[in-house]
Amino acid sequence: MIEIKDLHKSFGDKVVINDVSAVMEAGKANLIIGASGSGKTVFMKCLVGLFEPDGGEILYSGQSFTVMEEEQRKELRQQIGMLFQGSALFDSQTVEQNVMFPLDMFTRLTYTEKLKKVNEVLDRVNLNDANKKFPAEISGGMKKRVGIARAIVLNPKYLFCDEPNSGLDPQTSLVIDKLIYEVTKEFNMTTVINTHDMNSVMEIGDHIIYMYEGEKEWEGSNKQIIYSKSKKLNDFIFASEFLQDVKAMRMLDAEGKVPNGKNDNN
Amino acid sequence: MNFFNHFGRYLLMIKGMFTRPENWKMYWKELMHQCSDIGIGSLGIVVVVALFIGAVSTLQTAYQLVSNLIPKSTIAQIVRDTVILEFAPTISCIVLAGVVGSKIASELGNMRVSEQIDALEIMGINTKAYLIMPKILASFIMIPLLVIVAGVLGIWGGRLAGTMAVILSREEFDQGLLSGFQPFNVRFALYKAYTFAFIISSIPAYFGYFVKGGALEIGKASTTAVVTSCIMILFADYILAALLL
Ligand SMILES: Nc1ncnc2c1ncn2[C@@H]1O[C@H](COP(=O)(O)OP(=O)(O)OP(=O)(O)O)[C@@H](O)[C@H]1O
Ligand SMILES: [Mg+2]
Repeated sequence: MIEIKDLHKSFGDKVVINDVSAVMEAGKANLIIGASGSGKTVFMKCLVGLFEPDGGEILYSGQSFTVMEEEQRKELRQQIGMLFQGSALFDSQTVEQNVMFPLDMFTRLTYTEKLKKVNEVLDRVNLNDANKKFPAEISGGMKKRVGIARAIVLNPKYLFCDEPNSGLDPQTSLVIDKLIYEVTKEFNMTTVINTHDMNSVMEIGDHIIYMYEGEKEWEGSNKQIIYSKSKKLNDFIFASEFLQDVKAMRMLDAEGKVPNGKNDNN
Repeated sequence: MNFFNHFGRYLLMIKGMFTRPENWKMYWKELMHQCSDIGIGSLGIVVVVALFIGAVSTLQTAYQLVSNLIPKSTIAQIVRDTVILEFAPTISCIVLAGVVGSKIASELGNMRVSEQIDALEIMGINTKAYLIMPKILASFIMIPLLVIVAGVLGIWGGRLAGTMAVILSREEFDQGLLSGFQPFNVRFALYKAYTFAFIISSIPAYFGYFVKGGALEIGKASTTAVVTSCIMILFADYILAALLL
Protein backbone atom coordinates (compact mmCIF):
# COMPACT_ATOMS: atom_id res chain seq x y z
CA MET A 1 0.00 0.00 0.00
CA ILE A 2 1.24 3.46 -0.85
CA GLU A 3 -0.20 6.53 0.83
CA ILE A 4 0.32 9.92 -0.73
CA LYS A 5 -0.36 13.03 1.31
CA ASP A 6 -0.53 16.51 -0.24
CA LEU A 7 2.13 15.84 -2.83
CA HIS A 8 3.39 19.01 -4.42
CA LYS A 9 5.90 19.50 -7.21
CA SER A 10 6.76 22.46 -9.37
CA PHE A 11 9.44 23.22 -11.92
CA GLY A 12 10.38 26.87 -11.54
CA ASP A 13 7.09 28.78 -11.55
CA LYS A 14 5.16 25.96 -13.18
CA VAL A 15 3.15 23.88 -10.69
CA VAL A 16 2.96 20.36 -12.09
CA ILE A 17 1.53 18.43 -9.12
CA ASN A 18 -0.74 20.47 -6.89
CA ASP A 19 -1.37 18.94 -3.45
CA VAL A 20 -2.50 15.50 -4.56
CA SER A 21 -3.49 12.95 -1.91
CA ALA A 22 -4.37 9.35 -2.63
CA VAL A 23 -4.08 5.81 -1.35
CA MET A 24 -2.82 3.10 -3.68
CA GLU A 25 -4.00 -0.21 -2.31
CA ALA A 26 -2.24 -3.54 -2.57
CA GLY A 27 -3.70 -6.16 -4.86
CA LYS A 28 -5.37 -3.50 -6.96
CA ALA A 29 -4.61 -1.87 -10.28
CA ASN A 30 -4.41 1.82 -9.48
CA LEU A 31 -4.78 3.82 -12.67
CA ILE A 32 -3.78 7.41 -13.16
CA ILE A 33 -5.44 8.87 -16.18
CA GLY A 34 -5.27 12.32 -17.67
CA ALA A 35 -4.48 14.23 -20.82
CA SER A 36 -0.98 14.52 -22.17
CA GLY A 37 0.98 16.94 -20.01
CA SER A 38 -1.33 16.63 -17.01
CA GLY A 39 1.55 15.46 -14.82
CA LYS A 40 1.16 11.68 -14.75
CA THR A 41 4.81 10.89 -15.40
CA VAL A 42 6.02 13.53 -12.95
CA PHE A 43 3.63 12.14 -10.33
CA MET A 44 4.94 8.62 -10.80
CA LYS A 45 8.56 9.76 -10.72
CA CYS A 46 7.88 11.59 -7.45
CA LEU A 47 6.47 8.39 -5.98
CA VAL A 48 9.62 6.41 -6.74
CA GLY A 49 11.99 9.24 -5.86
CA LEU A 50 13.34 10.10 -9.29
CA PHE A 51 12.03 13.61 -8.66
CA GLU A 52 12.19 15.08 -5.17
CA PRO A 53 8.75 16.51 -4.34
CA ASP A 54 8.64 20.06 -2.95
CA GLY A 55 6.07 19.14 -0.37
CA GLY A 56 3.93 16.35 1.00
CA GLU A 57 4.63 12.84 2.16
CA ILE A 58 4.79 9.39 0.59
CA LEU A 59 4.42 6.27 2.73
CA TYR A 60 5.26 2.77 1.53
CA SER A 61 3.40 0.31 3.77
CA GLY A 62 3.46 2.93 6.50
CA GLN A 63 7.17 3.77 6.10
CA SER A 64 7.83 7.34 5.12
CA PHE A 65 9.74 7.35 1.85
CA THR A 66 10.20 11.09 2.01
CA VAL A 67 12.54 11.04 5.01
CA MET A 68 14.37 7.82 4.17
CA GLU A 69 18.16 7.67 3.92
CA GLU A 70 19.65 6.70 0.56
CA GLU A 71 20.55 3.22 1.86
CA GLN A 72 17.00 2.52 3.02
CA ARG A 73 15.66 3.74 -0.28
CA LYS A 74 17.97 1.36 -2.09
CA GLU A 75 16.59 -1.52 -0.08
CA LEU A 76 13.01 -0.52 -0.68
CA ARG A 77 13.69 -0.14 -4.36
CA GLN A 78 14.67 -3.75 -4.66
CA GLN A 79 10.95 -4.37 -4.18
CA ILE A 80 9.98 -1.89 -6.88
CA GLY A 81 9.58 -2.68 -10.56
CA MET A 82 9.08 0.11 -13.05
CA LEU A 83 8.29 0.35 -16.70
CA PHE A 84 9.34 3.69 -18.18
CA GLN A 85 7.36 5.55 -20.80
CA GLY A 86 10.31 5.16 -23.19
CA SER A 87 11.07 1.59 -22.02
CA ALA A 88 14.63 2.53 -20.89
CA LEU A 89 16.17 -0.76 -21.96
CA PHE A 90 19.95 -1.10 -21.67
CA ASP A 91 20.90 -0.75 -25.29
CA SER A 92 24.25 -2.49 -25.03
CA GLN A 93 22.51 -5.67 -23.89
CA THR A 94 20.27 -8.17 -25.63
CA VAL A 95 16.64 -8.67 -24.68
CA GLU A 96 17.59 -11.70 -22.65
CA GLN A 97 20.40 -9.88 -20.83
CA ASN A 98 18.09 -6.95 -20.11
CA VAL A 99 15.52 -9.15 -18.41
CA MET A 100 18.21 -11.15 -16.65
CA PHE A 101 19.95 -8.06 -15.28
CA PRO A 102 17.92 -7.73 -12.04
CA LEU A 103 18.39 -11.46 -11.43
CA ASP A 104 22.15 -11.14 -12.00
CA MET A 105 22.36 -8.23 -9.61
CA PHE A 106 20.12 -9.36 -6.78
CA THR A 107 19.88 -13.15 -6.77
CA ARG A 108 22.29 -16.02 -6.41
CA LEU A 109 20.53 -18.29 -8.88
CA THR A 110 22.55 -20.35 -11.34
CA TYR A 111 22.62 -19.36 -14.97
CA THR A 112 20.18 -22.11 -15.96
CA GLU A 113 17.71 -21.08 -13.27
CA LYS A 114 17.96 -17.46 -14.33
CA LEU A 115 17.46 -18.37 -17.96
CA LYS A 116 14.40 -20.39 -17.07
CA LYS A 117 12.91 -17.47 -15.17
CA VAL A 118 13.71 -15.07 -18.03
CA ASN A 119 12.02 -17.29 -20.59
CA GLU A 120 9.05 -17.62 -18.28
CA VAL A 121 8.44 -13.87 -18.04
CA LEU A 122 9.20 -13.29 -21.71
CA ASP A 123 6.62 -15.93 -22.44
CA ARG A 124 4.10 -14.14 -20.25
CA VAL A 125 4.53 -10.94 -22.25
CA ASN A 126 4.09 -12.90 -25.49
CA LEU A 127 7.65 -12.46 -26.61
CA ASN A 128 9.61 -15.60 -27.19
CA ASP A 129 11.47 -15.10 -30.43
CA ALA A 130 13.57 -12.05 -29.63
CA ASN A 131 15.90 -13.29 -26.87
CA LYS A 132 19.12 -12.57 -28.74
CA LYS A 133 18.07 -9.28 -30.32
CA PHE A 134 19.27 -5.86 -29.22
CA PRO A 135 16.78 -3.13 -28.27
CA ALA A 136 17.64 -1.23 -31.47
CA GLU A 137 16.48 -4.22 -33.50
CA ILE A 138 12.97 -4.59 -32.06
CA SER A 139 9.81 -2.51 -32.41
CA GLY A 140 8.53 0.01 -29.87
CA GLY A 141 5.80 -2.33 -28.71
CA MET A 142 8.26 -5.16 -28.23
CA LYS A 143 10.50 -2.85 -26.19
CA LYS A 144 7.52 -2.09 -23.94
CA ARG A 145 6.99 -5.78 -23.38
CA VAL A 146 10.65 -6.36 -22.60
CA GLY A 147 10.44 -3.42 -20.17
CA ILE A 148 7.49 -5.05 -18.42
CA ALA A 149 9.26 -8.39 -18.32
CA ARG A 150 12.28 -6.74 -16.71
CA ALA A 151 10.06 -4.92 -14.20
CA ILE A 152 8.26 -8.05 -13.01
CA VAL A 153 11.09 -10.58 -13.13
CA LEU A 154 11.84 -10.20 -9.41
CA ASN A 155 8.14 -10.30 -8.40
CA PRO A 156 8.22 -6.78 -6.93
CA LYS A 157 5.88 -5.65 -4.19
CA TYR A 158 5.26 -2.37 -5.96
CA LEU A 159 4.87 -2.13 -9.70
CA PHE A 160 4.85 1.14 -11.64
CA CYS A 161 3.96 1.24 -15.31
CA ASP A 162 4.13 4.47 -17.26
CA GLU A 163 1.85 3.95 -20.23
CA PRO A 164 2.33 0.21 -20.61
CA ASN A 165 0.28 0.01 -23.78
CA SER A 166 0.89 3.19 -25.69
CA GLY A 167 2.21 2.12 -29.07
CA LEU A 168 0.77 -1.36 -28.84
CA ASP A 169 -1.97 -2.81 -31.04
CA PRO A 170 -5.33 -3.36 -29.28
CA GLN A 171 -4.85 -7.09 -29.01
CA THR A 172 -1.38 -6.96 -27.46
CA SER A 173 -2.64 -4.13 -25.26
CA LEU A 174 -5.25 -6.44 -23.81
CA VAL A 175 -2.67 -9.16 -23.25
CA ILE A 176 -0.42 -6.73 -21.41
CA ASP A 177 -3.28 -5.33 -19.33
CA LYS A 178 -4.35 -8.82 -18.41
CA LEU A 179 -0.80 -9.78 -17.52
CA ILE A 180 -0.29 -6.76 -15.28
CA TYR A 181 -3.64 -7.39 -13.66
CA GLU A 182 -2.89 -11.07 -13.11
CA VAL A 183 0.48 -10.52 -11.46
CA THR A 184 -1.06 -7.77 -9.35
CA LYS A 185 -3.62 -10.20 -7.97
CA GLU A 186 -1.29 -13.18 -7.86
CA PHE A 187 1.46 -11.50 -5.82
CA ASN A 188 -0.76 -8.93 -4.11
CA MET A 189 1.29 -6.14 -5.68
CA THR A 190 0.55 -2.47 -5.34
CA THR A 191 0.36 -1.53 -8.99
CA VAL A 192 0.25 2.02 -10.29
CA ILE A 193 -0.41 2.50 -13.98
CA ASN A 194 -0.35 5.72 -16.01
CA THR A 195 -2.54 5.41 -19.04
CA HIS A 196 -4.86 7.11 -21.43
CA ASP A 197 -6.13 3.90 -22.94
CA MET A 198 -9.87 3.67 -22.33
CA ASN A 199 -9.86 -0.09 -22.76
CA SER A 200 -7.52 -0.44 -19.80
CA VAL A 201 -9.61 1.96 -17.77
CA MET A 202 -12.73 -0.15 -18.32
CA GLU A 203 -11.04 -3.54 -18.07
CA ILE A 204 -8.68 -3.26 -15.12
CA GLY A 205 -9.49 0.06 -13.42
CA ASP A 206 -10.02 -1.08 -9.84
CA HIS A 207 -9.10 2.37 -8.68
CA ILE A 208 -8.85 5.34 -10.99
CA ILE A 209 -7.46 8.79 -10.37
CA TYR A 210 -8.16 11.41 -12.98
CA MET A 211 -5.56 14.17 -13.10
CA TYR A 212 -6.32 17.52 -14.63
CA GLU A 213 -3.50 20.04 -14.87
CA GLY A 214 -1.73 18.65 -11.85
CA GLU A 215 -4.79 18.29 -9.63
CA LYS A 216 -6.82 15.25 -8.69
CA GLU A 217 -10.08 15.96 -10.44
CA TRP A 218 -11.92 12.67 -9.85
CA GLU A 219 -11.33 9.39 -8.08
CA GLY A 220 -13.33 6.17 -8.22
CA SER A 221 -13.54 2.79 -9.91
CA ASN A 222 -14.31 1.63 -13.43
CA LYS A 223 -17.83 0.79 -12.26
CA GLN A 224 -18.38 4.38 -11.20
CA ILE A 225 -16.60 6.23 -13.93
CA ILE A 226 -19.40 5.91 -16.45
CA TYR A 227 -21.78 7.72 -14.11
CA SER A 228 -19.38 10.49 -13.24
CA LYS A 229 -20.80 13.98 -13.56
CA SER A 230 -17.43 15.72 -13.80
CA LYS A 231 -17.55 17.54 -17.12
CA LYS A 232 -13.79 17.50 -17.50
CA LEU A 233 -13.65 13.77 -16.94
CA ASN A 234 -16.53 13.08 -19.28
CA ASP A 235 -14.97 15.21 -21.98
CA PHE A 236 -11.73 13.34 -21.50
CA ILE A 237 -13.06 9.80 -21.42
CA PHE A 238 -16.02 9.94 -23.71
CA ALA A 239 -14.25 12.05 -26.25
CA SER A 240 -15.82 10.54 -29.37
CA GLU A 241 -19.51 10.47 -30.26
CA PHE A 242 -19.35 6.71 -30.35
CA LEU A 243 -18.21 6.56 -26.75
CA GLN A 244 -20.83 9.10 -25.70
CA ASP A 245 -23.47 6.82 -27.18
CA VAL A 246 -22.05 3.86 -25.30
CA LYS A 247 -22.22 5.86 -22.10
CA ALA A 248 -25.79 6.93 -22.72
CA MET A 249 -26.80 3.33 -23.33
CA ARG A 250 -25.10 2.07 -20.21
CA MET A 251 -26.70 4.81 -18.16
CA LEU A 252 -30.13 3.81 -19.42
CA ASP A 253 -29.41 0.17 -18.66
CA ALA A 254 -28.54 0.66 -15.06
CA GLU A 255 -30.34 3.82 -14.03
CA GLY A 256 -29.65 4.47 -10.37
CA LYS A 257 -28.31 1.02 -9.58
CA VAL A 258 -24.70 2.01 -9.03
CA PRO A 259 -23.47 4.68 -6.62
CA ASN A 260 -21.62 7.74 -7.85
CA GLY A 261 -17.87 8.31 -7.59
CA LYS A 262 -16.47 9.39 -4.25
CA ASN A 263 -15.47 12.92 -5.14
CA ASP A 264 -18.15 13.27 -7.70
CA ASN A 265 -19.90 16.43 -6.76
CA ASN A 266 -19.03 18.72 -9.60
CA MET B 1 25.69 27.08 -13.38
CA ASN B 2 29.00 28.57 -12.39
CA PHE B 3 32.31 26.88 -11.73
CA PHE B 4 31.67 26.37 -8.03
CA ASN B 5 28.30 24.65 -8.60
CA HIS B 6 29.96 22.31 -11.05
CA PHE B 7 32.89 21.65 -8.78
CA GLY B 8 30.67 20.98 -5.77
CA ARG B 9 28.49 18.57 -7.69
CA TYR B 10 31.59 16.90 -9.11
CA LEU B 11 32.96 16.32 -5.60
CA LEU B 12 29.61 14.95 -4.45
CA MET B 13 29.61 12.60 -7.42
CA ILE B 14 33.05 11.30 -6.46
CA LYS B 15 31.95 10.88 -2.86
CA GLY B 16 28.78 9.09 -3.94
CA MET B 17 30.80 6.41 -5.71
CA PHE B 18 32.08 4.91 -2.51
CA THR B 19 29.48 2.46 -1.31
CA ARG B 20 29.41 -1.28 -0.94
CA PRO B 21 28.67 -2.88 -4.31
CA GLU B 22 25.28 -4.56 -4.51
CA ASN B 23 26.95 -7.51 -6.19
CA TRP B 24 30.73 -7.84 -6.45
CA LYS B 25 30.59 -10.14 -9.43
CA MET B 26 28.62 -7.68 -11.53
CA TYR B 27 30.96 -4.83 -10.61
CA TRP B 28 33.94 -6.98 -11.54
CA LYS B 29 32.36 -7.82 -14.86
CA GLU B 30 31.72 -4.15 -15.53
CA LEU B 31 35.33 -3.31 -14.61
CA MET B 32 36.73 -5.90 -17.01
CA HIS B 33 34.41 -4.65 -19.70
CA GLN B 34 35.64 -1.08 -19.20
CA CYS B 35 39.28 -2.17 -19.13
CA SER B 36 38.93 -3.78 -22.51
CA ASP B 37 36.96 -0.83 -23.87
CA ILE B 38 39.41 1.77 -22.65
CA GLY B 39 42.64 -0.21 -23.05
CA ILE B 40 42.19 -2.23 -26.21
CA GLY B 41 39.87 0.36 -27.71
CA SER B 42 42.50 3.10 -27.73
CA LEU B 43 45.68 1.06 -28.18
CA GLY B 44 45.74 1.63 -31.94
CA ILE B 45 45.68 5.40 -31.84
CA VAL B 46 48.24 5.54 -29.03
CA VAL B 47 50.64 3.35 -31.02
CA VAL B 48 50.37 5.54 -34.12
CA VAL B 49 50.72 8.79 -32.19
CA ALA B 50 53.71 7.55 -30.18
CA LEU B 51 55.62 6.26 -33.21
CA PHE B 52 55.25 9.49 -35.14
CA ILE B 53 55.97 11.76 -32.20
CA GLY B 54 59.17 9.85 -31.47
CA ALA B 55 60.19 9.94 -35.10
CA VAL B 56 59.53 13.65 -35.47
CA SER B 57 61.34 14.55 -32.28
CA THR B 58 64.49 12.74 -33.51
CA LEU B 59 64.42 14.60 -36.81
CA GLN B 60 63.78 17.97 -35.18
CA THR B 61 66.36 17.51 -32.46
CA ALA B 62 68.94 16.60 -35.12
CA TYR B 63 67.97 19.69 -37.10
CA GLN B 64 68.46 21.93 -34.06
CA LEU B 65 71.79 20.34 -32.99
CA VAL B 66 74.00 21.41 -35.86
CA SER B 67 77.23 21.77 -33.87
CA ASN B 68 79.98 19.22 -34.51
CA LEU B 69 81.13 19.55 -30.91
CA ILE B 70 78.12 17.66 -29.62
CA PRO B 71 78.19 13.90 -30.14
CA LYS B 72 75.33 12.42 -32.17
CA SER B 73 74.30 10.19 -29.29
CA THR B 74 73.07 13.29 -27.48
CA ILE B 75 70.14 13.30 -29.88
CA ALA B 76 69.02 9.95 -28.50
CA GLN B 77 69.40 11.25 -24.97
CA ILE B 78 67.21 14.25 -25.67
CA VAL B 79 64.63 12.20 -27.52
CA ARG B 80 64.50 9.70 -24.65
CA ASP B 81 63.98 12.37 -22.01
CA THR B 82 61.39 14.42 -23.88
CA VAL B 83 59.45 11.31 -24.83
CA ILE B 84 59.45 9.95 -21.29
CA LEU B 85 58.88 13.23 -19.52
CA GLU B 86 56.39 14.93 -21.77
CA PHE B 87 55.37 13.29 -24.99
CA ALA B 88 54.41 9.82 -23.81
CA PRO B 89 52.32 10.89 -20.83
CA THR B 90 50.96 14.27 -21.88
CA ILE B 91 50.43 13.97 -25.62
CA SER B 92 48.99 10.46 -25.39
CA CYS B 93 46.69 11.52 -22.60
CA ILE B 94 45.47 14.50 -24.59
CA VAL B 95 44.68 12.12 -27.42
CA LEU B 96 43.07 9.73 -24.92
CA ALA B 97 40.98 12.58 -23.52
CA GLY B 98 39.46 12.79 -26.98
CA VAL B 99 39.02 9.07 -27.51
CA VAL B 100 38.16 7.80 -24.03
CA GLY B 101 36.65 11.02 -22.70
CA SER B 102 34.13 11.48 -25.46
CA LYS B 103 33.21 7.81 -25.26
CA ILE B 104 32.58 7.97 -21.50
CA ALA B 105 30.63 11.24 -21.74
CA SER B 106 28.42 10.10 -24.58
CA GLU B 107 27.82 6.65 -23.16
CA LEU B 108 26.66 8.04 -19.81
CA GLY B 109 24.83 10.92 -21.49
CA ASN B 110 22.88 8.50 -23.63
CA MET B 111 22.05 6.38 -20.60
CA ARG B 112 20.83 9.46 -18.76
CA VAL B 113 18.71 10.81 -21.59
CA SER B 114 17.08 7.47 -22.38
CA GLU B 115 16.35 6.96 -18.66
CA GLN B 116 18.58 3.90 -18.38
CA ILE B 117 20.26 5.49 -15.35
CA ASP B 118 16.84 6.05 -13.77
CA ALA B 119 15.95 2.44 -14.51
CA LEU B 120 19.08 1.30 -12.65
CA GLU B 121 18.33 3.63 -9.73
CA ILE B 122 14.81 2.21 -9.47
CA MET B 123 16.22 -1.28 -9.20
CA GLY B 124 18.10 -0.11 -6.12
CA ILE B 125 21.53 0.21 -7.67
CA ASN B 126 23.89 3.05 -6.83
CA THR B 127 24.50 4.24 -10.38
CA LYS B 128 27.47 6.40 -9.45
CA ALA B 129 29.18 3.36 -8.01
CA TYR B 130 28.10 0.96 -10.72
CA LEU B 131 28.60 3.15 -13.77
CA ILE B 132 31.33 5.64 -12.87
CA MET B 133 33.63 3.82 -10.45
CA PRO B 134 34.53 1.00 -12.89
CA LYS B 135 35.36 3.57 -15.57
CA ILE B 136 37.73 5.45 -13.26
CA LEU B 137 39.34 2.25 -11.98
CA ALA B 138 39.72 0.91 -15.52
CA SER B 139 41.45 4.16 -16.49
CA PHE B 140 43.79 3.83 -13.52
CA ILE B 141 44.73 0.38 -14.71
CA MET B 142 44.88 0.89 -18.45
CA ILE B 143 46.09 4.46 -19.02
CA PRO B 144 49.47 4.08 -17.26
CA LEU B 145 49.99 0.91 -19.30
CA LEU B 146 49.18 2.82 -22.47
CA VAL B 147 51.62 5.54 -21.43
CA ILE B 148 54.36 2.94 -20.96
CA VAL B 149 53.59 1.52 -24.40
CA ALA B 150 53.70 5.05 -25.80
CA GLY B 151 57.07 5.71 -24.16
CA VAL B 152 58.67 2.55 -25.50
CA LEU B 153 57.23 2.97 -28.98
CA GLY B 154 58.06 6.67 -29.06
CA ILE B 155 61.71 5.98 -28.41
CA TRP B 156 61.70 3.10 -30.86
CA GLY B 157 60.08 5.34 -33.49
CA GLY B 158 62.79 7.90 -32.87
CA ARG B 159 65.48 5.27 -33.33
CA LEU B 160 63.88 4.05 -36.51
CA ALA B 161 63.55 7.54 -37.97
CA GLY B 162 67.11 8.45 -36.95
CA THR B 163 68.63 5.45 -38.71
CA MET B 164 66.33 5.67 -41.73
CA ALA B 165 67.24 9.31 -42.30
CA VAL B 166 70.92 8.41 -41.71
CA ILE B 167 71.24 10.98 -38.93
CA LEU B 168 72.90 8.56 -36.56
CA SER B 169 73.63 4.86 -36.41
CA ARG B 170 71.73 2.38 -34.31
CA GLU B 171 74.80 1.97 -32.07
CA GLU B 172 75.08 5.71 -31.50
CA PHE B 173 71.40 5.91 -30.65
CA ASP B 174 71.58 3.00 -28.20
CA GLN B 175 74.65 4.49 -26.59
CA GLY B 176 72.85 7.80 -26.05
CA LEU B 177 69.80 6.00 -24.82
CA LEU B 178 71.70 4.44 -21.93
CA SER B 179 73.84 7.37 -20.88
CA GLY B 180 72.66 9.51 -18.00
CA PHE B 181 69.38 7.68 -17.63
CA GLN B 182 67.41 8.75 -14.59
CA PRO B 183 64.88 6.23 -13.30
CA PHE B 184 63.05 9.10 -11.58
CA ASN B 185 61.88 10.33 -14.99
CA VAL B 186 59.93 7.12 -15.51
CA ARG B 187 58.38 7.48 -12.06
CA PHE B 188 57.50 11.04 -12.86
CA ALA B 189 55.85 9.95 -16.10
CA LEU B 190 53.76 7.44 -14.16
CA TYR B 191 52.69 10.07 -11.62
CA LYS B 192 51.49 12.08 -14.56
CA ALA B 193 49.75 9.08 -16.08
CA TYR B 194 47.77 8.40 -12.90
CA THR B 195 46.79 12.03 -12.51
CA PHE B 196 45.70 12.27 -16.13
CA ALA B 197 43.86 8.94 -15.91
CA PHE B 198 41.72 10.38 -13.15
CA ILE B 199 41.07 13.55 -15.14
CA ILE B 200 40.24 11.71 -18.37
CA SER B 201 37.71 9.44 -16.70
CA SER B 202 36.11 11.51 -13.96
CA ILE B 203 35.53 14.78 -15.81
CA PRO B 204 33.77 13.24 -18.83
CA ALA B 205 31.83 10.97 -16.47
CA TYR B 206 30.61 14.08 -14.66
CA PHE B 207 29.48 15.84 -17.83
CA GLY B 208 27.83 12.70 -19.19
CA TYR B 209 26.13 11.65 -15.96
CA PHE B 210 24.44 15.01 -15.46
CA VAL B 211 23.27 15.65 -19.02
CA LYS B 212 19.80 17.13 -19.35
CA GLY B 213 17.87 17.10 -22.60
CA GLY B 214 18.38 15.08 -25.75
CA ALA B 215 20.83 13.97 -28.39
CA LEU B 216 22.02 17.53 -29.01
CA GLU B 217 22.94 18.00 -25.36
CA ILE B 218 24.85 14.72 -25.36
CA GLY B 219 26.99 16.06 -28.20
CA LYS B 220 27.57 19.32 -26.36
CA ALA B 221 28.38 17.56 -23.10
CA SER B 222 30.90 15.37 -24.81
CA THR B 223 32.63 18.35 -26.42
CA THR B 224 32.70 20.24 -23.12
CA ALA B 225 34.04 17.13 -21.42
CA VAL B 226 36.92 16.74 -23.87
CA VAL B 227 37.84 20.43 -23.83
CA THR B 228 37.72 20.62 -20.03
CA SER B 229 39.76 17.44 -19.67
CA CYS B 230 42.43 18.71 -22.07
CA ILE B 231 42.75 22.01 -20.21
CA MET B 232 42.90 20.20 -16.87
CA ILE B 233 45.59 17.87 -18.22
CA LEU B 234 47.77 20.79 -19.30
CA PHE B 235 47.16 22.54 -16.02
CA ALA B 236 47.98 19.45 -13.97
CA ASP B 237 51.01 18.87 -16.17
CA TYR B 238 52.36 22.29 -15.21
CA ILE B 239 51.59 21.85 -11.52
CA LEU B 240 53.30 18.46 -11.40
CA ALA B 241 56.38 19.80 -13.20
CA ALA B 242 56.55 22.79 -10.87
CA LEU B 243 56.17 20.63 -7.77
CA LEU B 244 58.26 17.58 -8.58
CA LEU B 245 61.08 18.69 -10.88
N1 LIG C 1 12.15 17.76 -15.93
C1 LIG C 1 11.19 18.67 -16.15
N2 LIG C 1 11.48 19.99 -16.05
C2 LIG C 1 10.53 20.91 -16.25
N3 LIG C 1 9.26 20.64 -16.54
C3 LIG C 1 8.89 19.36 -16.66
C4 LIG C 1 9.84 18.30 -16.47
N4 LIG C 1 9.21 17.13 -16.65
C5 LIG C 1 7.94 17.43 -16.95
N5 LIG C 1 7.73 18.76 -16.94
C6 LIG C 1 6.45 19.45 -17.21
O1 LIG C 1 5.48 18.86 -16.38
C7 LIG C 1 4.24 18.75 -17.07
C8 LIG C 1 3.71 17.34 -16.92
O2 LIG C 1 4.53 16.43 -17.66
P1 LIG C 1 4.32 14.86 -17.63
O3 LIG C 1 5.45 14.28 -18.36
O4 LIG C 1 4.11 14.43 -16.23
O5 LIG C 1 2.98 14.67 -18.46
P2 LIG C 1 2.21 13.33 -18.72
O6 LIG C 1 0.90 13.45 -18.03
O7 LIG C 1 3.04 12.17 -18.36
O8 LIG C 1 1.98 13.40 -20.28
P3 LIG C 1 2.03 12.20 -21.36
O9 LIG C 1 0.69 11.53 -21.31
O10 LIG C 1 2.22 12.92 -22.65
O11 LIG C 1 3.15 11.32 -21.02
C9 LIG C 1 4.50 19.16 -18.51
O12 LIG C 1 3.94 20.43 -18.70
C10 LIG C 1 5.98 19.21 -18.63
O13 LIG C 1 6.35 20.26 -19.46
MG1 LIG D 1 3.98 10.66 -19.35
